[in-house]
Amino acid sequence: MLNASLKELASALDARQISSVELTTLFLDRIETLNPVLNAFITVDRDGALSAASAADARRAAGKAGPLTGIPLAHKDVFCTEGLLTSCGSKMLSNFTSPYDAHVVSLLKAAGTVMLGKTNMDEFAMGSSNENSFYGPARNPWNTGHVPGGSSGGSAVAVAARMSPIATGTDTGGSVRQPAAFCGVTGIKPTYGTVSRFGMIAYASSLDQGGAIGRSAEDCALLLSAMTGFDARDSTSLERPADDLATGLDTPLKGLRIGLPREFFGPGMADEVRTAVEAALAEYRRLGATTVDISLPNAKLAIPAYYVIAPAEASSNLSRFDGVRYGHRAAEYTDLADMYSKSRAQGFGAEVKRRILAGTYVLSHGYYDAYYLQAQKLRRLIAEDFSRAFEHCDVIAGPTAPTTAYAIGEKSDDPVQMYLGDIYTVAVNLAGLPAISLPAGAAAGALPVGLQLIGNYFNEARLLGAAHQLQTATDWHLRQPGGAE
Amino acid sequence: MSLDQDQIKHIARLARIELSPGETGPTLDKLNGVFALIEQMQAVDTTGVEPMSHPQDVSQRLRQDAVSETDRHEAFQRIAPQTEAGLYLVPRVIE
Repeated sequence: MLNASLKELASALDARQISSVELTTLFLDRIETLNPVLNAFITVDRDGALSAASAADARRAAGKAGPLTGIPLAHKDVFCTEGLLTSCGSKMLSNFTSPYDAHVVSLLKAAGTVMLGKTNMDEFAMGSSNENSFYGPARNPWNTGHVPGGSSGGSAVAVAARMSPIATGTDTGGSVRQPAAFCGVTGIKPTYGTVSRFGMIAYASSLDQGGAIGRSAEDCALLLSAMTGFDARDSTSLERPADDLATGLDTPLKGLRIGLPREFFGPGMADEVRTAVEAALAEYRRLGATTVDISLPNAKLAIPAYYVIAPAEASSNLSRFDGVRYGHRAAEYTDLADMYSKSRAQGFGAEVKRRILAGTYVLSHGYYDAYYLQAQKLRRLIAEDFSRAFEHCDVIAGPTAPTTAYAIGEKSDDPVQMYLGDIYTVAVNLAGLPAISLPAGAAAGALPVGLQLIGNYFNEARLLGAAHQLQTATDWHLRQPGGAE
Repeated sequence: MSLDQDQIKHIARLARIELSPGETGPTLDKLNGVFALIEQMQAVDTTGVEPMSHPQDVSQRLRQDAVSETDRHEAFQRIAPQTEAGLYLVPRVIE
């Protein structure tokens, strides 16, 4: 059962081979065994999970079960969960019990899912390695001395180590796709505006987007379908009919044009990544897809533009953490300004402080045009590159990250090196496009490699279908990590 | 672009984050590394390019001016550091 797909789990529940309470207990026990090593969960809610599972069993008995009813899942700790610690990986919110549910959490509750707990993450989703968590880093189950990626590292670890069948994540610059790649699982970030940001603690609002992590594209399609939909409480939520993402899964690859941006295959990519990505592309060609060379000439500017825009938005968003209404307040201070400064100095970690300071600077008087406005202009050029590319191809493929998972501590003292690892993911967020990372053909025994597929706006079904077809023909996504056993 | 000690202190004040004397130096070094990376942007001529602030070109929705939420101030204030009579308490601002 631990290795079953969502479809198989739903069939077993339907056939009464197992109850949701039994299934939930199985995963809770596995979390109990593995979490002391992997640190994937910040909070495990055993009582809440068992009571939700019991309600799901009753719902199934009443003949009212949907495709996700009774299925255990984990939420990234960026999503507010009523009555449960919602820390966002920060000391600032280490005392924050949310008074309400995020929209995504409400939707998945209504679908009958069973939340096992909240997963570890880089503080306020700022990081690519999970090392910025106040709760210590989650560890990669393929090699526990290595990072799981970030910021949704705990969610990727939970799915890879089968502590949960599926998990939610968020992706501002690659935070679903890169940990999915590092942990050998599948992760999709949908088009900006399709998943409500209500109750999802904000980092950079014009880039943040909820996403789904699962073992396969098929599982991601089921989870993402249940997370998507208009929400009036998110001012950027798009009013459009819901797509049934499961319907495109069986579309054959014949005729699919895969664009290969030459900028994504240049120097800087590790050999084992190149080999694995090439193996996946060869498989696509064998299955009837064609590849075409394309160019994204401004792609190299995505990192500098991102590291202006995201910190600028973060400096504004995180001004709400002031020790007045919720979160950490310093124990001693002289006056109001001192209370703000000390509460924020104590509550935020080093990387969060740096991004707030960088953002404050680029928005300050005299620098706005040179940095913030210039970054927004580059953002347009980057988005236009993609729309030109999609005149020649249906999806764009390349590596998700330039390397496999690196050792814990290897890059944590060098923010620039850490940022450069986001080279293939951030442009997608600047443009607001959907993209998926799926396991590519890494060598047996090696750390996983992610293949990234980028689609045009609202082409999630096509991405999931292309990923599912590869996963039907190969078993790369079924490989098991052995590092934590 | 490169910041000096006085600038970093000024920015920290604007951001309401106290930097200890020991933190200022390392923070400055790391930020200057990041700013060197950001500096690559200046090599691009963006004359005539419209800034893009958002991925979707949509305008703000309007809604009826009607009450849509219930009063939950007790639930919200239960998690506050200090409240009294429905108010959030902070250090005295005006003597």
